[in-house]
Amino acid sequence: MSEHEFEVNGVRRTVSADPLRRLLDVLREDLALTGTKEGCGEGECGACTVMIDGEAVNSCLVPVCQVQGARVTTVEGAGLESVQEAFLEEGGAQCGICTPGLIVMTRAWLDTCEREGRVPDEAEARRALAGNLCRCTGYGKVIASALAAAAEGGER
Amino acid sequence: MSAVSPTSLDAALAALTADTVVLAGGTDLMVEFRTGRTRAENVVDIWRVDELRGIAAEGDGLRLGALTTCAELVRDPLVRERAAILAEAADEVGAEQIKNRATLGGNLGTASPAADLNPVLVALDARVELVSTQGKRELEADAFLRGYRETARRPDELIGAVLIPPPRKRRSAFRKVGTRRAQAISKVVVAATVELEGGVVRSVRAAAGSVAPRTVRLRGLEALVGQQPSADAIAAAVRAVDVTPIDDVRSTAAYRELVLRRVLVTMLGRLCAADE
Repeated sequence: MSEHEFEVNGVRRTVSADPLRRLLDVLREDLALTGTKEGCGEGECGACTVMIDGEAVNSCLVPVCQVQGARVTTVEGAGLESVQEAFLEEGGAQCGICTPGLIVMTRAWLDTCEREGRVPDEAEARRALAGNLCRCTGYGKVIASALAAAAEGGER
Repeated sequence: MSAVSPTSLDAALAALTADTVVLAGGTDLMVEFRTGRTRAENVVDIWRVDELRGIAAEGDGLRLGALTTCAELVRDPLVRERAAILAEAADEVGAEQIKNRATLGGNLGTASPAADLNPVLVALDARVELVSTQGKRELEADAFLRGYRETARRPDELIGAVLIPPPRKRRSAFRKVGTRRAQAISKVVVAATVELEGGVVRSVRAAAGSVAPRTVRLRGLEALVGQQPSADAIAAAVRAVDVTPIDDVRSTAAYRELVLRRVLVTMLGRLCAADE
């Protein structure tokens, strides 16, 4: 066990945990932030996507020792409201397990587009969300939701 | 479970022992730990060793820190200019979430036969810089990748950087064949570079993944050197390529062998098309 200090959704946290404990488990079990879901646990499905210092990652593949001093953003974090609204309005969710990951990934994608001066279009959306699997196979509405979020200027 | 997270290269090297497991971006090892295929004991986490990061010009070539992520390879203008197929391969490694974490050094150190970057490194004649408390040494990528998940790294060494030679006039190509475009482990992955001079092949270097227990340099193609690259010469060279693919959950040996040869014929044909 060792102490790990990092920021989650703007709040400073100190967690005592095995250094190789998955960030996913720290978020869900130690910090009671259960918005982040576990899908495959192997980095294939994207359900557990969170941002570390603004970059999307699979939290099942990140040991807590690697977020020391970092800023972690989960689906509960600030700045995701407009994307959540877009998914609500477009019906971009069915059973809901993949939804938090899709929302975080959409936010990360829109941030990247803005940073790199790229126009978010459908091809880009499909590419950005390729690592987020939906087993209800509702991809049509998921892409529509991401594009609706983009159309609103992707504002935070 | 036990792990230490040094923040300097000296401290990381000092922490290495005979049975250390070196952890970089975790995209492979975190799954290995969970399934028990690799014991999560004596882990040295190098993620915060900043000396292992960074992309820099070295002469007309490149020096890429071992912790360079696939995402960094994709967006770096210098990499795109001097090692375009490395950026291309890095873009196809997996989803955005994986590219943000998976590292160049991790690809080499894990030495999976399905690794997408390793055939590119062999095709580019890249060298692997290994560091230890004793100093540095360099190995060709092909010599570094010794076998199935086996490398020439000694337990007291870390991969420090990858050195890419100047591109000269080499043309290059990369092709990954997987079940889907994003987030698929390769059924077959191929990278090649060709240099022509006066209509004659001056050099060929090609390598493939997922067709043998290790990333394999396709030496059979090197018989093209000194020849005019006619369709017949290319076909003969491709026939001479020797690989040992297997049947597994992702594909069959027969499919892999057929696709490899067809990809090679097309790829070499294009790379050897009339001088511009």
